[in-house]
Amino acid sequence: MTACGAALLGGFVTLYARGASALPAQALRPPGALDEETFLGACVRCGLCVRDCPYDTLALARLGEPVATGTPYFVARQVPCEMCEDIPCVKACPTGALDPELTDIDDARMGVAVLIDQQTCLNFLGLRCDVCYRVCPLIDEAISLELDHNKRTGMHTRFLPTVDADACTGCGKCEAACVLEVAAIKVLPTALAKGQLGSHYRLGWEEKEKAGESLIKGIIDLPDRMPNGGGVR
Amino acid sequence: MTAASLTHADVRTRWRWKWLLLRRTSQLAILALFLLGPWAGIWIVKGNLSSSLTLGVLPLTDPFLLLQVLASGHLPEATALVGVGIIVAFYLLVGGRVFCGWVCPVNLVTDGAAWLRDRLGLRARARPSRSTRYWLLAALLAASALTGMAVWEWVNPVSMLHRGLIFGFGFAWLVLLAVFLFDLLVTSRGWCSHVCPMGATYSLLGAASLLRVRADRRADCDDCMECFRVCPEPQVIQPALKGMEQGIGPVITGINCTNCGRCIDVCDQDVFRFGTRFHNTMEAS
Ligand code: SF4
Ligand code: SF4
Ligand code: SF4
Repeated sequence: MTACGAALLGGFVTLYARGASALPAQALRPPGALDEETFLGACVRCGLCVRDCPYDTLALARLGEPVATGTPYFVARQVPCEMCEDIPCVKACPTGALDPELTDIDDARMGVAVLIDQQTCLNFLGLRCDVCYRVCPLIDEAISLELDHNKRTGMHTRFLPTVDADACTGCGKCEAACVLEVAAIKVLPTALAKGQLGSHYRLGWEEKEKAGESLIKGIIDLPDRMPNGGGVR
Repeated sequence: MTAASLTHADVRTRWRWKWLLLRRTSQLAILALFLLGPWAGIWIVKGNLSSSLTLGVLPLTDPFLLLQVLASGHLPEATALVGVGIIVAFYLLVGGRVFCGWVCPVNLVTDGAAWLRDRLGLRARARPSRSTRYWLLAALLAASALTGMAVWEWVNPVSMLHRGLIFGFGFAWLVLLAVFLFDLLVTSRGWCSHVCPMGATYSLLGAASLLRVRADRRADCDDCMECFRVCPEPQVIQPALKGMEQGIGPVITGINCTNCGRCIDVCDQDVFRFGTRFHNTMEAS
């Protein structure tokens, strides 16, 4: 009887915990956080990371907030991660829920910045705002400006902020700094931001490089017709 | 007036609050140490009861939290392991559930409910078994292993109250209110003495702990039943106090005893005292 009751109670708690463990897109984990599933088992909700963050970036989720109760998170638009070189939050963590293997903050992957709204981004409108690009701690690596013809004026260049997901740490400084009322660039959890190739996909040019030659021999390279009367190559 | 002519009423005027007051002082002082940082900027202790760092050198981690982490399949860093080691060693010395009686903030809530219940003369509506907590402990560790998550931390009132005071409550006070009402209206001493798996973990340490309450002068017991009335775990008193005929020694060895010392306070015949678990012989009493 008692055992059944206890098992039932345990079951309810588990169901509730599973339901209340989804991380909303605005909530980012501190640097070095293990993947979300492991993190929810490893973190003891002590808040030592929160205490040692010199910028008050982190907070422990309170009951009623849409983040697993007691776990540390931050919202980039409010206070981004300043990417401390000595990573005090990771050092403070007693359990390794924030992985001590992370010693270079540039290797942190808290999320990925995505220029999510090209209709309001000032640079996409043809202006020179550049703020997200300038505040990025990895300027020209994580965000660069790609030049593009301004079709509206027909005579200017657009400088399009472009994120390289391989270099972006997800610190959120770009999102915090975006001058719009609602940021056009947002840091999303990696799982949400990134696509994934089918596991059987092979990129021909990479395979060719690996093999040192084309995998299919004797292919005839036909000439390519270039657009806008660009001739034949 | 000679000692022999003392009536029961005279003896009752003796001071009965020593251990209770010491216990409240300990609970509040420990809470104050944790709150000094966030409230006054004096950082002696950082973190909370789940895991903390004192003076930048002393790590402490709760054993039940660590068990959940281990069950979830994560091997924590050395800091947390050392922290648990220190806690386990300490409570093996002073008594497992000393945590419950002398440290845990939820005890203030449940003692409050017990006091009010007594005042209002409420009767129990349900009597869940006192072993519920151990089954729950086992069920939760199994659930942690199955899901890879520290599942109890979604509801744990102990973490929620302590973390709430230090880091902010949100709606966590609802959980505490539920515990209070459960103790007040449903089961006497319902939470701490029947359900709490965190207390159950500390109870297990009590199986070997050194410091124990002893009924050394049990021969003087005049059956006033005061100790049974105030004790949160009265079943632990029975064998030590009344087991003389069955050849049971005077040490309270029941693992659920919280070493609160309330029985020492209330006993007019000074039957109880703090001592060690050794010399648990018939001659000792
Ligand atoms: S790296 Fe620095 S700013 Fe970023 S969360 Fe950690 S402590 Fe805070
Ligand atoms: S320090 Fe580690 S265990 Fe503590 S709240 Fe932060 S991530 Fe969790
Ligand atoms: S036996 Fe005494 S010390 Fe132990 S819990 Fe009961 S009242 Fe407290």
